[in-house]
Amino acid sequence: MIAFNKYYNHFNLLSSVLIVVSLLLLIFKGLNFGIDFKGGTLIELRASDSKINVSSLRDRFNQMDLGDVSVKKFGNDTDFLVKFENKDNKKNIIEEIKTNLDKSFGNNYDFRRVENVGPKVSAELLKSGVIAISLSLALMLIYIWIRFEWQFSLGAILALFHDVIVTLGVFSIFSLEINLSIIAAVLTIVGYSMNDTVVIFDRVRENLRKYSDIKIFELTNISINETLSRTIITSATTLLALLAIYFFGGEILKGFSLAMILGVVFGTYSSIYIANTVLVRLRVSQKTVLREEEDKK
Amino acid sequence: MLYFSKLRIIFITLFSVLFILIASSNLFKFDDNFFDKKINLGLDLQGGSYLLLEIDNEPVIEQKLQNLTTTIRNYFKEKNIKINNIKIDNQNIFFNVTDNDKQSVLDVFQDENSDLNPYYPRFKSHQLEIEDTGLNLKVNFSRQGLIKLKTSSQDQAIEIVRRRVDEVGTNEPNILKRGNNRILVELPGLDDPMRIKSLLGKTANLTFRFVTNDENDRFGVEKLKFENGLEEATVSKRIIISGENLLDAQPKMDTQANQTIVSFTLDRVGAKRFGKATSTGIGKQLAIVLDGKIISAPVVRDTIASGSGQISGGFTFQTATDLALLLRSGALPAPLEIIEERTVGPDLGQDSINAGMIALAIGFMLVIIFMFVKYKIFGLITNVTLIVNLFILLGVLTLFEATLTLPGIAGIILTVGMAVDANVLIFERIKEELKDENNNILAFDGGYTKSRTAILDANITTLLAAIILFFMGSGPVKGFAVTLGVGIFTTLFSVYFIARLFTSIYVSRNKDKEKLI
Repeated sequence: MIAFNKYYNHFNLLSSVLIVVSLLLLIFKGLNFGIDFKGGTLIELRASDSKINVSSLRDRFNQMDLGDVSVKKFGNDTDFLVKFENKDNKKNIIEEIKTNLDKSFGNNYDFRRVENVGPKVSAELLKSGVIAISLSLALMLIYIWIRFEWQFSLGAILALFHDVIVTLGVFSIFSLEINLSIIAAVLTIVGYSMNDTVVIFDRVRENLRKYSDIKIFELTNISINETLSRTIITSATTLLALLAIYFFGGEILKGFSLAMILGVVFGTYSSIYIANTVLVRLRVSQKTVLREEEDKK
Repeated sequence: MLYFSKLRIIFITLFSVLFILIASSNLFKFDDNFFDKKINLGLDLQGGSYLLLEIDNEPVIEQKLQNLTTTIRNYFKEKNIKINNIKIDNQNIFFNVTDNDKQSVLDVFQDENSDLNPYYPRFKSHQLEIEDTGLNLKVNFSRQGLIKLKTSSQDQAIEIVRRRVDEVGTNEPNILKRGNNRILVELPGLDDPMRIKSLLGKTANLTFRFVTNDENDRFGVEKLKFENGLEEATVSKRIIISGENLLDAQPKMDTQANQTIVSFTLDRVGAKRFGKATSTGIGKQLAIVLDGKIISAPVVRDTIASGSGQISGGFTFQTATDLALLLRSGALPAPLEIIEERTVGPDLGQDSINAGMIALAIGFMLVIIFMFVKYKIFGLITNVTLIVNLFILLGVLTLFEATLTLPGIAGIILTVGMAVDANVLIFERIKEELKDENNNILAFDGGYTKSRTAILDANITTLLAAIILFFMGSGPVKGFAVTLGVGIFTTLFSVYFIARLFTSIYVSRNKDKEKLI
């Protein structure tokens, strides 16, 4: 049996630091919102001429007076991702850009993807994204509150907040782009983290009923160990699937799968080191479980 | 938990086979209409254009208010009530009446049977609201009045949009209402939406009006620019004929002048008016105005009574074709703005499909190998279940003709990764049971029973997340929610029926074997 409980305090401290740092990052550095949430235009371009590279593209686009332009390589050497604000929301901007690029590069390039999100739509998307995440957290809270005692709910929700905040913190520190699919990833993380926590909690509660003489500090450790192989195997298969998406699923799914990978890692960690320690700190005992059951009767 | 009746075994087998067949129908082309359902590919996979249009209702409201001032003035004139100082300001109509008349004016507006101010009994609201500000009377659209106005302009606009898109002839366009002032246009397979965008961006409001130098024209005048943006002309506000009078419009080659023109045919009313105007206006310039810009202003040389004519204006064949198309499909009630556009080229779509499939295959292999190494024979059972699960998932998606997107493929891969969770929970539990239970059958039974709540909890939480995503997400993300959500149900089915069936067969044959798992 691994003594997870020996490090409860250490990891609680670490998590607190992680959360504080993430929050500070989110407040002061902020998130790198993509055009879905910030508005603007995105062009994925494939070149068939080696003359076309990041710097020549950047030169061209900067001459077009489009506001802030970012040009990046996208996947391999011939693919580029160009993003700009399109502040005035010009109507024929794509046409203009094409004519302009034709002059310098001829027909040696191809627009593979064009996305243009107006300011109104991006504001709405951001709003619905925030609502979706808040709603899912609220629903999870309600669900776990119906299924478990309040101490458990608190533990699970703290673990959830930890996972979401720290994942976003990582996105902030590395300036990774937040777009619609990241919202989907965060929601899935919420589901996964909850899933992981609930499995351990289920065991904790079962053991609380079984043993009246074991303190919660020991009991959580027993429960973690009993469910450990399941935790490892499920995390492993999920990570294997996600790694396959990350490495082989194409450039578009990279951010999405990375967020999920982070989420699975944090979710597994938090089920052990956050959710359970809340039970310990709240001194959950057999009485907690039995009292609740009597109330329900 | 390990007992299966014959009937149930037959049911499970039939059900699985049925869905495997449905799923494989995506690979073959059936000639007859026996089964022609297929999974739809999202725009991000098959390539195409997604356009979200917003109707700018401001001009419509302005126009309606303008008309209303005339209606109000005439209405009360008949009743011998004098309306003074009527004016429009910030979407409100203001006017003065004498104190004696005030009450009767207010009564007219609040009468449920008034024909001036329609009453909607369903919403318990009038079209217009009237307010006595003390200084004057203020009339504006009520909330319901505005909603009615918006939905009616949306109804008209979607019709025109549909006609224009159909005229261009893309395959299977999808045109839907969004809210009460937006229209969603999905154009699968369209690589370059430039032409459709420019067609949808035009209101196509066509009028024929005389050019005049008389500043005191009875109908008022306005200065309009020519299409080239250089010249200007003063044009009467009196409309001779408008786009509504057109029966048909076609691009033609004028061989005499060697230029492309748009020839048009007028309806009866239009032909009559056009004939009259051209007979009285010989020698005058007739401006052809499209969306506030003069295309051309030819001099009337002859009476045109045939009800047909032509527009020239230095067109190329493409611009003439587009103008004819716009005139045929009619004018939009209000300008449209493209507020969101997402276009994916077909080769990127194909690349995404390939990448998604490779990721699925590799993810699948990794999970299968992992499970086999870890659980041997039970890993094999899990793996067979996993494959059947994948087919059932695809079968369900086919049955509902769901739309598969790139994130949707990610959802399937993720389902593969998470689907083993339930089996792992069961197997781990069985291992624990076997520690103090020597009877294999009892241990397996206990393992299934005791792991049930944890499995349900785990899946419900994921399902909750998927449901929220489905309702809040859009386009590709919705596809993810669908595969993730459907995947939960197919996983539970395959774990509790298929895997359990295999397990029960294996365990009952080897019930005396030690270290079964």
